[in-house]
Amino acid sequence: MTSPHGRRRLHLATALDRRSVYDADAYVSAARLAERGALDFVTLDDSLARPGPDALAVLSRLAPATRRVGLVPTVTTTHTEPFHVQAAVATLDWVSRGRAGWRIEVSTTEGEARLFGRRHAAPADALWQEAGEVADVAARLWDSWEDDAEIRDAATGRFVDRDKLHHVDFTGAAFSVKGPSIVPRPPQGHPVRVVDATGRAARAVAARYADVALVRTALPARAAAARAELRAAAEAYGRDPDELRVLAALDVDLGDGEYAAEPGHGGGGPRATPHGPLYRGGPVDLAELIVSWHRDGTVDGFHLTPVEPRRDLERLVNGTVSLLQHRGLFRTFYPGSTLRDHLGLTRPASQYTVAQGAS
Amino acid sequence: MTGPKPRQPKPMHLAAHFPGVNNTTVWADPRSGSQIDFGSFEHLARTAERGLFDFFFLAEGLRLREHKGRIHDLDVVGRPESLTVLNALAAVTDRLGLAATVNATFNEPYELARRLATLDHLSGGRAAWNVVTSSDAFTGENFRRGGYLDRAERYTRAAEFVATARELWDSWAPDGTPRPFAHHGRHFDIAGEFTLPRSPQGHPVVIQAGDSDEGREFAASSADVIFTRHGTLDAGRAFYADVKRRLARYGRSPGDLKIMPGVTVVLGDTATEARERAEEIRWQQVSPQTALLTLEQIWGVDLSGYDPDGPLPDVDPVADPQLSQGRTRQGDSVATAEKWRALAQERGLSIRQTVIEAGARQSFVGTPEQVAAELTEFVGRDAADGFILVPHLTPGGLDEFVDRVVPLLQERGAFRTAYEGTTLRSHLGLSDPVWKA
Repeated sequence: MTSPHGRRRLHLATALDRRSVYDADAYVSAARLAERGALDFVTLDDSLARPGPDALAVLSRLAPATRRVGLVPTVTTTHTEPFHVQAAVATLDWVSRGRAGWRIEVSTTEGEARLFGRRHAAPADALWQEAGEVADVAARLWDSWEDDAEIRDAATGRFVDRDKLHHVDFTGAAFSVKGPSIVPRPPQGHPVRVVDATGRAARAVAARYADVALVRTALPARAAAARAELRAAAEAYGRDPDELRVLAALDVDLGDGEYAAEPGHGGGGPRATPHGPLYRGGPVDLAELIVSWHRDGTVDGFHLTPVEPRRDLERLVNGTVSLLQHRGLFRTFYPGSTLRDHLGLTRPASQYTVAQGAS
Repeated sequence: MTGPKPRQPKPMHLAAHFPGVNNTTVWADPRSGSQIDFGSFEHLARTAERGLFDFFFLAEGLRLREHKGRIHDLDVVGRPESLTVLNALAAVTDRLGLAATVNATFNEPYELARRLATLDHLSGGRAAWNVVTSSDAFTGENFRRGGYLDRAERYTRAAEFVATARELWDSWAPDGTPRPFAHHGRHFDIAGEFTLPRSPQGHPVVIQAGDSDEGREFAASSADVIFTRHGTLDAGRAFYADVKRRLARYGRSPGDLKIMPGVTVVLGDTATEARERAEEIRWQQVSPQTALLTLEQIWGVDLSGYDPDGPLPDVDPVADPQLSQGRTRQGDSVATAEKWRALAQERGLSIRQTVIEAGARQSFVGTPEQVAAELTEFVGRDAADGFILVPHLTPGGLDEFVDRVVPLLQERGAFRTAYEGTTLRSHLGLSDPVWKA
């Protein structure tokens, strides 16, 4: 999105991931720290098969303990019920008053399949095809209550206007859903969908359904190419490409001092590791990197995963973000209250309202 | 019940139900707020905690009701997803138990056990699960598994579901390392590692709602709390004795299952005022449209031509399960119709008056002193271990009870004056489950 000054807003997000933490306190303090830095959103990764609590539950627990920061849990689409998933994400939006997101993921392993015993593992392409269907039906269900469906008309005794509730009648390759949703339309209309678009299999779903796409690469040229490709594909799906944010996703290790970029890593730039791109250096150098990738139009912002959760998040907020704010390159407060506001994304109208208006 | 009765009065347990999506919730009242905004849940939960209640209870919806093929529009419809709301409420309460109704037919044990264990961890041991089942193909149209299970299968699946969840909750070693589990049963064939250690109260509390013979047996074998509708003293005593007797079969003692009927309370400064308010609320709950709709659900035919203030139809009911969908059906419709006709005949009631009269659930109506005395008597005479209050207003429907009745219960020594423990199990006086290592 273009600001009046011709400079695109910078978007910053961070992961709250930490190993084997099951009570709320550590997550609460980390989310509050991220909020103090006015970050767009926090994510919490999840998998059905590794130690840790349910991510959507943790971020629901954080909703009343924070006020502005966006809350984006990973929720897999492979073994879950699409109807339950959309209801839970919509409810996170209700309890956070418009700050919910959903990082869409798939479960590819046989180990995860055995936890359910309903089907075998499938190739990533097929699972992402299905994830696209889940994203599609979720949007339809979020739209299945028009915004003004609840009328409370005492004169006629009607609580809702049933003409503003819609069966979605969705039939996909893997499942069908009748609808409408049980949850009234969430505050943001559509909670923000985030897709890691690094892998080829997820790219089409990201272009078609994501509000935020993540790209994991150490090379700015590759990030820029991915962004261009995603925007073009979004446009081909009939979307306004300016309604898609592309963020570079980096692991960050800020433990080495204020400026000490590690020698031999391209002057402090990220390097590729088996776990993905890792930035190692000081908070000030990270600020430089963010500014340069953003100024060049390489990406719309960054999603940063602290390697050492507590230490690196503190350095990120108190060092890197402070510096960016001081230089007027990142906001110092939240001008709006919803995650869509932070990201500069419009609130979509219900597709059913639109459809009726056009007929 | 065996052995001599203890002299110490039985402690009373209180819980609050968030007013749900049926005609008992009076949305047309000017004091009625949002049924979806988090502030409503927060207000009711904080009020329940202020009243030192054992737990706060949410119902579940998986499909909007339909009548004559159209979405039902007369009552509150639509609500948030329970576990997500309860996790948020864990942030604004400290001691209150948090109970979610979750269907055992349209979920899978691994995922649900994980979500419940997460709530138990994040709330410091306050989670509960109200196990319900569905035989409803209509609801099934929203789910991958689709279809439905017949009545018997529903309960065998639910029982295996609960047993499997408990295996998962027990699967980590006491030193906090995950151990592999494997469950090979009739309904579930799963294996792997659970992702959470044992939760603060061992297992979330299991609640069962339902009154059939299968339901009672299931509760006796597997539940910590049974949510019933038997609210009159005599019916309550009979139900209580029956359910508590069944426990021995499963090696359990009477204290291991708490019996809590859902009840309404209407207060007034005088008994007359309370009766008038109760009457007014019933008329608000059963509008002319609601009266006809209720009758249609029993008769199974279109009755829209009838006058709600006129007599009951003289046509005979037909059983039409397609007429009204997504709602628990009332047993034998022909027998119900006969009963209602007899009631209307005997007392000269109109359609609307009959629905009001026949549909009334047990309620405690009176001055705070009268209500406190009656509640205490019910518990003292083994008609209940406590009550789940079902207010008719969101979100303020519990305020008056907590402000005016709870102090009187406390004065009588019938109800706690402080939470003694931190977990829901400790509020309910239940021991932590044995860890089946």
